[in-house]
Amino acid sequence: MQVTSTLRETLVTGGKSVADVSHDISRQVEGKPTRSWWAAFGISLVLLVFGAYSCWMLLWHGVGVWGLNKTVGWAWDITNFVWWVGIGHAGTLISAILLLFRQRWRMSINRAAEAMTIFAVICAASFPGFHMGRLWLGFYWALPLPNTFGSLWVNFNSPLLWDVFAISTYFSVSLVFWYMGLIPDFAVIRDRAVKMGHMTRARIYNALSFGWDGAAKTWMRYESVALILAGLSTPLVLSVHTIVSFDFATSVIPGWHTTIFPPYFVAGAIFSGFAMVLTLLLVTRKVFKLEDYITIYHVELMNIIIIITGSIVGVAYITEFFIAWYGQVDAEYYAFYNRATGPYWWAYWSMMTCNVISPQLFWFKKIRTNLMATFILAAIVNIGMWFERFVIIVTSIHRDYLPSSWTMFHPTIYDIGQYIFTFGLFFTFFFLFAKFFPVINMAEVKSIIKSTSEKK
Amino acid sequence: MSEQKNYLVGIFNDEDVLLDAVHGIREKGVKIEEVYSPFPVHGLDEALGYRRSRLPIAAFLFGMTGTILALSTQIWMLGFDWPMIIGGKNHASIPPFIPVTFEFTVLLSAFGMVGTFFIVSDLKPYKWPKLHDIRCTDDKHVMAINLGSNKLSKNDISDILKKAGAEEVNEKSY
Repeated sequence: MQVTSTLRETLVTGGKSVADVSHDISRQVEGKPTRSWWAAFGISLVLLVFGAYSCWMLLWHGVGVWGLNKTVGWAWDITNFVWWVGIGHAGTLISAILLLFRQRWRMSINRAAEAMTIFAVICAASFPGFHMGRLWLGFYWALPLPNTFGSLWVNFNSPLLWDVFAISTYFSVSLVFWYMGLIPDFAVIRDRAVKMGHMTRARIYNALSFGWDGAAKTWMRYESVALILAGLSTPLVLSVHTIVSFDFATSVIPGWHTTIFPPYFVAGAIFSGFAMVLTLLLVTRKVFKLEDYITIYHVELMNIIIIITGSIVGVAYITEFFIAWYGQVDAEYYAFYNRATGPYWWAYWSMMTCNVISPQLFWFKKIRTNLMATFILAAIVNIGMWFERFVIIVTSIHRDYLPSSWTMFHPTIYDIGQYIFTFGLFFTFFFLFAKFFPVINMAEVKSIIKSTSEKK
Repeated sequence: MSEQKNYLVGIFNDEDVLLDAVHGIREKGVKIEEVYSPFPVHGLDEALGYRRSRLPIAAFLFGMTGTILALSTQIWMLGFDWPMIIGGKNHASIPPFIPVTFEFTVLLSAFGMVGTFFIVSDLKPYKWPKLHDIRCTDDKHVMAINLGSNKLSKNDISDILKKAGAEEVNEKSY
């Protein structure tokens, strides 16, 4: 039997009872969507439609509509891909790694964070998909399926193929993990619908809950499954960004060919992911009045993770520079010198300011417990992490080996459109999730109500 | 309906009272059919005398299947079916096959285990569960005792339940 201390930090404020949890969380699902929800959803749809137009133009005319040239063959597409994958990492960290460490503050934020993971990975996967030019042939090209060229099999030595497996496994395992958590909560909504006499809703949520009844035996198996899934997801999430970093690290391009990349990318991923979780949750808690469940204490803990991972990223930046000098390889040295002082100096220093300098403000308790400051700094971190990927990718290749090939990258409207497409997709999914699914894991929060709820 | 089943359903409000009650009631020789809770209660499975779940074994077996399948597929495809020299390495060079092998292991393990969970727990979208009390997904713990499988009389069990801390004791027949 698990023994836990009775002295616990308050994780749920407002003197909530177990029944209050059901009511407060299910209310969003049962009520009509509010006007602010429609407005936000509408804006997301507009972005999605404009983005879909960009995608259509790309599919119709080919990858030439993007600003890529023969020197800079990878730019915004892979920058955005890595950025979105990175954002996804916080969800798995919260739900799997914090579960293994028995951190109970994860319970009121894991649902939304995992949803964010799933939507972010969909957005990420769209970039390599569209970059292939013929999206519909993607599966045929990327998976080891028998084909009429031999069969000529896919190249299992390529990190790009590892990425296909890593991202698709990550997506499907995260989806299963998230859905497992939703099953008991769908049953709550079903039974509330039965009580209210909404039988159609009850039937839909019953199907979604797979006929859940909450039997002790099922709970026992359920907990066992959750623990193993957490154990599987933990190395999985670390492997995913490691493999993403292999896309660069296994090449021989100066600036990419760096052994520090795997841990550096994973830390950066968690860093940007927590910033996005904060951005989404600060809005969600306000709109859905969940201040008692997502407290300042939760925000502060997430900010502490941001400062830790941000500092790891900062150390990695400095280490890269040190090794470039210490290694005494001219091309390598130039790549880094050019990064900080060349034509892309502004991107480099934006990255440094946003990722290394500004998060240090979270050392002050006043700042990390202030919601507005958190919201602004989280947005800055997300901008900084986008610049990090842009800097790594574009500054390393825009100065080719022959000075006659030196060039710059200029995004076209379709590069921008493709990025906007993913924002539209992400927020459309997120708002649908927030309306139709319980945004907080009710079963888990109920299990800690007795020990961590603020007493009246 | 072949034969009617009669149940005594005890409603508990607090998980610690419930745990003590389960111990006490089982000691008195009353058979508890099942307890339904809105959230997992730690120690309840042991109190009810359930054996530890064997799902981790299923996860391991599915995972091993994934490892073997992924590794042998890659070795066969690149090493034997269409050997190619890539980067001057051996045809079937093991280290680059590890990432895909790992991912496939995780994939099969997770899906296999969750699939097994759905099957053994009899969870399916078209099933409407038989709830003894609808509050069991909201805030009450519901203990179902099948009178047919108990020797003690209804009144005796009802007294035991009330003494153990049940808020309500209801009779249900199906």
